[in-house]
Amino acid sequence: MAIKSLEDLKRIREESQKKVNLRETGESTDDIVELMVGMATCGIAAGARETLSALLDETEKQGLTNIRIVQVGCLGYCHSEPTVQVNLPGHEPIIFGKVDDKRAREIVTRYVLHNEMLEDSVVINTFVKA
Amino acid sequence: MAKALAQIPTVSVKDLPKELFDQLDGYIQTLEDKKGSLIHVLHRAQHLFGYLPKEVMLFVARRLDIPAANVFGVVSFYSFFTTNPVGEHVVSVCMGTACFVRGADKILHEFKAKLGISTGETTPDMLFTLKDVRCVGACGLAPIVLVGDKVYGRVKLDEVDGIINAYVVKNFGKEQ
Amino acid sequence: MAKIRTHLMVCGGTGCISSGADTLITELENILVQKGYDKEVKVVKTGCFGFCGQGPIVKVHPDNVFYVQVQASDAKDIIEEHVIKGRHVDRLLYVEPIENLKMDLHRDMPFYKKQLRIALRNCGMIDPENISEYIAFRGYEALANVLSMPREDAVKVVKDSGLRGRGGGGFSTGMKWELTMRSPGDQKYIICNADEGDPGAFMDRSILEGDPHSVLEAMAIGGYIIGATKGIIYIRAEYPLAIHRLEVAIGQAREFGLLGKDLFGSGFDFDIEIKLGAGAFVCGEETALIHSVEGKRGEPTKKPPFPSEAGYLNKPTCVNNVETYANIAPIFLNGAEWFSSIGTEKSKGTKVFALAGKVNNVGLVEVPMGTTLREIIYEIGGGIQNGKAFKAVQTGGPSGGVITTADLDTPIDYDSLKAIGSMMGSGGMIVMDEDNCMVDIAKFYLDFTKDESCGKCTPCRVGTKRMLEILERITEGHGTAEDLDNLQALAYMIKDSALCGLGQTAPNPVLSTMKYFREEYENHVFNKRCATGSCKALAKYSIIADKCIGCTACARVCPVNCISGKVKEVHVIDQEKCISCGACFNACKFSAVLKP
Repeated sequence: MAIKSLEDLKRIREESQKKVNLRETGESTDDIVELMVGMATCGIAAGARETLSALLDETEKQGLTNIRIVQVGCLGYCHSEPTVQVNLPGHEPIIFGKVDDKRAREIVTRYVLHNEMLEDSVVINTFVKA
Repeated sequence: MAKALAQIPTVSVKDLPKELFDQLDGYIQTLEDKKGSLIHVLHRAQHLFGYLPKEVMLFVARRLDIPAANVFGVVSFYSFFTTNPVGEHVVSVCMGTACFVRGADKILHEFKAKLGISTGETTPDMLFTLKDVRCVGACGLAPIVLVGDKVYGRVKLDEVDGIINAYVVKNFGKEQ
Repeated sequence: MAKIRTHLMVCGGTGCISSGADTLITELENILVQKGYDKEVKVVKTGCFGFCGQGPIVKVHPDNVFYVQVQASDAKDIIEEHVIKGRHVDRLLYVEPIENLKMDLHRDMPFYKKQLRIALRNCGMIDPENISEYIAFRGYEALANVLSMPREDAVKVVKDSGLRGRGGGGFSTGMKWELTMRSPGDQKYIICNADEGDPGAFMDRSILEGDPHSVLEAMAIGGYIIGATKGIIYIRAEYPLAIHRLEVAIGQAREFGLLGKDLFGSGFDFDIEIKLGAGAFVCGEETALIHSVEGKRGEPTKKPPFPSEAGYLNKPTCVNNVETYANIAPIFLNGAEWFSSIGTEKSKGTKVFALAGKVNNVGLVEVPMGTTLREIIYEIGGGIQNGKAFKAVQTGGPSGGVITTADLDTPIDYDSLKAIGSMMGSGGMIVMDEDNCMVDIAKFYLDFTKDESCGKCTPCRVGTKRMLEILERITEGHGTAEDLDNLQALAYMIKDSALCGLGQTAPNPVLSTMKYFREEYENHVFNKRCATGSCKALAKYSIIADKCIGCTACARVCPVNCISGKVKEVHVIDQEKCISCGACFNACKFSAVLKP
């Protein structure tokens, strides 16, 4: 699907727009929950692969079908790697830090399913973007 | 890091497998701009052979139609290329600044003492090669040690033994 | 399990705990139980908010309201007013010092605006291996717009924005593009320098791994402006993941027709190829980089001719760094005026710093030019680890220098950093505390440049080696007063006579540490002492007999078994065997080990 004009580009953008809103403000008309795992070299070095597989495994165990797991780049919070950002519709996105296998499962079973925050794991977003 | 000339020995290599040369040749055939791709070819060669002995450098020179001296000049210039065979497990201690200020030099010293080799050297049993590398880019985990691709972060002096032993056990089934 | 409607997130960072966050948490929990709200409202202790000066801090989720300096006595009001009645507790809201405005929504707070992400805008926000996510964040729109503009107008936008090269030198990007545009040539090239060689800087890698399309798009824009149909990304072989993501991105861009022939139906063709580096710091210098791209030894050559006249394969070539490219699309989307409104008079926009070393929140931060080091280290970085004292921060990597407490409040940009003897460099920012020896740090950098000197010119090849030898003598306790003079003289000689930027800046770490920490050098030379214990030959630990109770803790942790003594008897360190690792010092609970 070659893009040959600004209109072509804008059409593709509109198709992807929902994700953007969910990530920025938590606004969404869908019931999709996004789990974004920081998968840059630093995140992977800190164990992000284990985190990702734990998230995949746990969502399957819980039989959740409305979850989208996305690998993303680095948020810059090296001190708290691996990081996972959770975008629940209707909620401000939350970033969890130092997410190991156990924490990853807790994110699914406690925060995603019951909206229960996890002690000591929340990292606060400290930037605005252009 | 640039290598001192003394570190480049004349290894006698008799049995480099012919298949590897064929694979390298196949790769070279796919290239459009052969001369400009010297560094890429050397990357591929090192990936295949594990290191770049004289025979391989000569082979590359002939195939790319470049003087062998130029090939050697490039190999000796870049720190990524090595003319020495490497051990089964390459231990890389990150010596980037962030790791250094968090004590990477002491960690490196400990590995040297425990393995009985200096940086750039390989243990006589060909099990370990010790390297100091520049910034792995995971400064949040400083100091960092890599064994192969496995990353050990926030390494403490007393963990060095355990890291080494894990690989000794892997190879010999028991601790040494 | 009941569904929880509100979370009170209390910062549990070291700073907030020391200002009473723990008692606050207990108090909040008690009141919630009393009022019967403990099933629907939960108190959560979080990681550091990085706003330690205003602690303890409470953030109410999902309302996004932010309270500062909250004491245990305020817990009642937060619960009664905010949680139960839904009214903000005005007196606890953060008051912005300058305008005296009360800020409640956390994303409106000026503190959090200290980080402004332009280059890193998409890092961590999109799947780097999915082009449609980049497009969702206005990706490739800037390219579409530029392709319908005359080249002269487009280059003017870049010039007017005031963007300067983020690789270190700080040359105007617009000027560079214009020079290459005006340079005659049938074939031109645009190169991306992704050979991030500064040890301790990793922002380029993060951009390539997190948002590769922003670089591809900017290269296409640059290619159109200067008249190049071919782009080359020169990247370190040590970055396998970044290479993989770039390959995926290039493949997807070709599939979508965003690279290749006739982009956006404009008739402009552009494609990109990846060339691997092989580990040589000097390849950050553009002439050396170009030679390396040609497959040769990466040795620099004299300028002129500049790459804009005769670069890759002797054709006009423009080399820019990854972070520079990452700024291009936002400039075209938001306008040159917007970009030039950010930053200082001569340095526009933002800069990404890799904040590392002895700081609590190690990470990548992107701040407007003109932010002070104090804001970066103490507010964003959360201060020094383990409550130690700040000593210096090193910027500019092996080409830069140290900055001390005296300059912590200097607004940083290209020119102010130069004025205080350091430089912007690629953005490595290494924080050092009282335990770091400045002579040792200078030696570390010299060892690096000595290794990385390409050997082409004598001042750099021989000079850095001689300087290193002097530093080794000093750190081993053999230094003389003459050594100090020679070190300085040699440093200036190399600065004046080396061929390229690597050699000319190599003495900077020595000159700057000598300037700000002369007494440390003198202590090494005249008293044969290294106060921090970093220089092994000079540092020795010893045990204070009066304080030692003979618990054997030190002897058990000693890695070289050089501490002897029986249980309940005074222990002794064998000075000959001691490697000065400091393990005994850390193990002793009775302050009986004397640190040199």
